[in-house]
Amino acid sequence: MSNATTTETKPAPPPVDKMKIKIDGREIEVPKMMPDWQGKLQPTTMLQACAAAGHDVPHYCYHPKLPIAGNCRMCLVEFGTPAMGPDRKPVLNEDGSAKIAKSVLPYEPTSPRGAIACATPISPGMEIYPNSPATKQMREAVLESLLINHPLDCPICDQAGECKLQEYSVDHGNAASRFVEEKVHKPKHVDLGPRIVLDDERCILCSRCVRFTKDIVGDDALGFAQRGSHNTLTNFPGKQFDNNYTLNTVDICPVGALTSKDFRFKMRVWFLKETKSICTSCATGCNVIVGSREGNVYRYEPRENDAVNSCWMCDSGRLNYKWINREDRLTEVQHLKSKAQSWPMALKEISEVLRKASSGSVAIVASARQTNEELYLLKKLATKFNAITDSVPRHGESDKLLLNADRNPNSNGAKLIGISPAQMGSNLPKIADGIRNGTIKTLIVFGEDVTKHGIGTDLLVKLDHLIVSDILPNKTTESAHYLLPGCAHAEKRGSFVNAKGRVQRFLQAIQPKGDARPEWEFLHELVFNVTGQNGFASIEGLFNQMAQEIPAFNGVTWAVLGDAGVTIPT
Amino acid sequence: MSFTIPIELEAELNELVTHYPQKRSASLMFLHAIQEHFGYISKEAMEWTAAKLELSPINIYELVTFYPMFRQEPAGKYQIKVCRTLSCALAGSGKLHKHFCEKFGLDSHAHGVQTSKDGEFSVEFVECLASCGTGPVMMCNEDFYEAVSNSKADEILQTCK
Repeated sequence: MSNATTTETKPAPPPVDKMKIKIDGREIEVPKMMPDWQGKLQPTTMLQACAAAGHDVPHYCYHPKLPIAGNCRMCLVEFGTPAMGPDRKPVLNEDGSAKIAKSVLPYEPTSPRGAIACATPISPGMEIYPNSPATKQMREAVLESLLINHPLDCPICDQAGECKLQEYSVDHGNAASRFVEEKVHKPKHVDLGPRIVLDDERCILCSRCVRFTKDIVGDDALGFAQRGSHNTLTNFPGKQFDNNYTLNTVDICPVGALTSKDFRFKMRVWFLKETKSICTSCATGCNVIVGSREGNVYRYEPRENDAVNSCWMCDSGRLNYKWINREDRLTEVQHLKSKAQSWPMALKEISEVLRKASSGSVAIVASARQTNEELYLLKKLATKFNAITDSVPRHGESDKLLLNADRNPNSNGAKLIGISPAQMGSNLPKIADGIRNGTIKTLIVFGEDVTKHGIGTDLLVKLDHLIVSDILPNKTTESAHYLLPGCAHAEKRGSFVNAKGRVQRFLQAIQPKGDARPEWEFLHELVFNVTGQNGFASIEGLFNQMAQEIPAFNGVTWAVLGDAGVTIPT
Repeated sequence: MSFTIPIELEAELNELVTHYPQKRSASLMFLHAIQEHFGYISKEAMEWTAAKLELSPINIYELVTFYPMFRQEPAGKYQIKVCRTLSCALAGSGKLHKHFCEKFGLDSHAHGVQTSKDGEFSVEFVECLASCGTGPVMMCNEDFYEAVSNSKADEILQTCK
């Protein structure tokens, strides 16, 4: 990686204080302090040390981005510390090594006493036994206890396939239950809020959801009522659990207690293809995983990226995918006169139109929902015709957590590439004037309905040529001379620049509908036909070429972007 | 339904808050005072308490549902509390509880406090009333009764009318 690839010039980190401990018989050096859920340095816990040594300690209530509760007891491990003599000096074995005193029950010194790995700090010389028979026995006991009142109806549970209780039962569970008594019955199908349904019998009372909504969102809406045998997760009676982040509780629920009304019983999770993508609903650019099957998108889930969205995303962004499969998607290349047309014919005719266009007679309205690569190609056309360009600003309310007031996913990209002026939308009136006084004869519109932004149908009819690409029909697409069906971001690859200047790429989850083609593919052809410049016919090549040409991108490459993206100055 | 609280009670509660380093610590005392005054703790009272102590209503709801002594509905005029801890259970408190339930048309297997239809009697099991040698023991409002047989129970009920 060259220096130019990233501008994250952090000062050299201070030397990390380390500590030697033994995990599963192997000595390992781990930092004395590690980041807690808020990123503050705290004494390293046994669980963190085990993770550093490659041992996954099973847990339910622990979540790296939530305060520690220590209530599920699943992460119990056997451990020992160096024995101290009465003189407060370490007791040594015959070979000179430190003698380890295993932690045992004070009243029963033959029984090991475990500690919860999530909340117990390590100490020098400590030995942790994450795989010892005693540890395994503790896990089995905890799991058996958690399963006592848990319904064993996995085949009809929506969490099946991504349930920690199932997974750990495979590792530590018994084939048959020893519990012969009646299980405690609790409320089922509880309507917690507009997007969440709760099954209290499945709840293992880990309190992840309670902590998330209290400490991350700041909406102290959930809690435990009837503490005791009938301990029940609940909201305050009559008070809806309705903030813009409620669906994250479904992700972090380790069992099938909290389920999404939108996704529940729509698809078994093991059939979903998971694709790394970016949410397009605002300029934050939350990293997501698109769950799709056979050309249909079923859900978005947040993907961890500490530079952007941690482990969370907002409900409005998460549920904003249904338009992808809308019935009225544009799926055919259309020509005003001859309606249906083929791609080769349409591109040939458009190329001819554009080749004949004189300088200054073309205007381009692109969308800040388009990818960098598409905007870059449009900019190439714009340069050729000295065209006036702009895109459409989109504003909403912002919040303290993730939601950005800018509802375009790629405003920064549009500005850096030069499609949008610094004040997005300020060129739109000029374009309208140009059409009105007849200087602009050809208008290229991508992904926006210009009739809502000062260029009404009365102006559109004055144009010689209106070339439109969009995904869904609107007033502009109805007036188009040439209509080119484009792709939703889930149907193509590309990159965005988020509000903080992070360049992030997304991958293709599903195939485009009908005859729709990714915009960059046909734009690449048009640019070649009209300007003679031949770019790269792959998204990687195109991105790399753009990053070379536009200084702001610092020569980042598609490969360097990786899954987490790279921050550039904006 | 809005919740109104008498000025004197509110003044008393305001003073209570000053006893604690954190407002939240006064929650239980608030609930005791409210139940003392209204006889039970309504949903609106919980919301009022939460707002007063700068908490979320769920925090108060957790407390109210945890402690059996807090009621969310008005209790009967006479509250019968039957001990069910071990000594009394062995001495027949189950039979005693069932006797009361049958008398008032209540379900002896139901969880928690139940009130007769006419609102006169509430029956519930409670834990140890601290007279383990003389079980089964019970309380009727503030009065304490030992070695309560079914016939003695009927006598106690007579005094309630």
